Amino acid sequence: MKSKKAPYFFIAPALILLFFFSILPIFIALIISFTDMSLAGLADYSRINFMGVENYTNILSDPSFRQSILNTIYYVIIGVPLVVALSMGIAILINMGKGKFFSFMRLIFYSPSITNIVAIAIVWSFLFNPSDSIGLFNRLLHTIGLGPIAWLQDPRIAKLSLIILAVWRGIGINMLIFSAALTNIPKTMYEAAELDGATQLQQIRYITIPQLKFSTFFVIVTTLIGWLQFFEEPFVMTEGGPLNSTLSVSLFIYRNGFQLNNFGYAAAGSLILFVVIIIATLFQMKIQRKEEENTI
Amino acid sequence: MVSINRKTKIIIGIILGIWGAFTIIPFIWMILSAFKTNPEIVAIQPKILPNEWTLDNFRELFQRLNFGVYLKNTIIITLMSFVGLLINAAAGFGFAHYDFKGKNVLFILVLATMMIPGQVTMIPVYLMLNAVGLTNTYLGIVLPGLTGAFGIFLFRQFFSNISEEFFEAARLDGAGEFYIFFRVALPLSRPILAVQGILAFIGGWNSFLWPLIIANDQKFYTLSVGLQLLQGQHGANYALQMAGAAFMVVPILIIFLIFQKYILSGFNISGGK
Repeated sequence: MKSKKAPYFFIAPALILLFFFSILPIFIALIISFTDMSLAGLADYSRINFMGVENYTNILSDPSFRQSILNTIYYVIIGVPLVVALSMGIAILINMGKGKFFSFMRLIFYSPSITNIVAIAIVWSFLFNPSDSIGLFNRLLHTIGLGPIAWLQDPRIAKLSLIILAVWRGIGINMLIFSAALTNIPKTMYEAAELDGATQLQQIRYITIPQLKFSTFFVIVTTLIGWLQFFEEPFVMTEGGPLNSTLSVSLFIYRNGFQLNNFGYAAAGSLILFVVIIIATLFQMKIQRKEEENTI
Repeated sequence: MVSINRKTKIIIGIILGIWGAFTIIPFIWMILSAFKTNPEIVAIQPKILPNEWTLDNFRELFQRLNFGVYLKNTIIITLMSFVGLLINAAAGFGFAHYDFKGKNVLFILVLATMMIPGQVTMIPVYLMLNAVGLTNTYLGIVLPGLTGAFGIFLFRQFFSNISEEFFEAARLDGAGEFYIFFRVALPLSRPILAVQGILAFIGGWNSFLWPLIIANDQKFYTLSVGLQLLQGQHGANYALQMAGAAFMVVPILIIFLIFQKYILSGFNISGGK
């Protein structure tokens, strides 16, 4: 006889933790976003004042918040397609090859994903060093007569430099998801196509890529959510500069919350980001559903 | 699988090889630079290999800087985060093997927490932990990330694929539910415990933003936070920075190479129910 109470004991620890650290905080964030909560308020709750929607109206007209939104959109528009296309491409190439060498390449491409982002950001800052004797990239460019490029110092280039690093690091995990999905595609589909005289490129175009639809959708959604929260790279490498050109929404929230201690203001920013993430996810789901209907 | 001839295979191999070489250049450059002296790095024409291999950078990290303390903190935090595995396993077991009131609603609620970005929770959680005096404590660093929807989900998937008969047999022998969980279910879940354990270790070792927020006393800094501080204080000492980075990255790469089979197997999202 199963006990009636036992399951509650099993799930209680996890549910209590999730309640306090995931669910309750949303409501607290909502409340403090309507106040002027700051360091003074932290010491003495009576000094917290209700502000209505003032934080929201202020933040939406704050030039650096607007800049951070534009930058984040830029990161998403360039970064997400790059990560999805490259990780799918590598997964397909590795899968076509098979054998020891190709399995080893899978490890190589995955390795950046598990490394510490702070350590890696420091390494890349060193690689991006503008001097062509210290920075490896500029030194390599110098040997072929190019550069030097001000990778992190030029406002027009800095965003792209951070994207290069984040793509390098983001490929691995998504490549694995595609690899796992590739092994699930039935062999008979390719055999049939081959009999019909389809070339290899046609097989990739008309069998492989359509069959990867579910994992592509999963990868797009998770990558999109990840890039909307882009934080460590600009935090460690550029501190959002030069001239706020790399400032992301997450970095804006962190800066206002924990460096300037404007908790109310930062909470308002974080909730705007949350709404954007939910809308982006729902939008993706809707597109996915529509496509499924069309194919059926 | 698209079948290809030998020539195509070699071309693909070359493309992947060159691409792969570019992928690991940052690691190689980091390790080589960690064994150079800083004057050598900033000299006009540094060679690829160190002129003279030196361990001085690592010595400085531990003797003059606080990397010993950061390492100790990181290990303590990582070990504490293993408790989370047990919590996730218990919850996964509860959701997989019992029918109870509100089960579906609660499980959907758990999954919904995956959507909540860290930026929303970090300020309220900081204020909450500050109110109960848990800033600058190990508990404060570990507690918010102890459990997670994805871990619970994976354990539930695993346990729902195990036949009920295993547990019924133990129940007939008079075993209680907790005995069944600890003595039957947990040992059965060793493969997934291994994957989750390795991922928890990597996660703990790499954690950065939350320790940075909750610990402002250097005594509680983790390696990531300490490394970020190092970059601020010794911005021109590239050799020292590369030694610090190598110290963080290389152990994880080694662990990854040892356990790669377990780690790589954890990513099949289309399988199962």
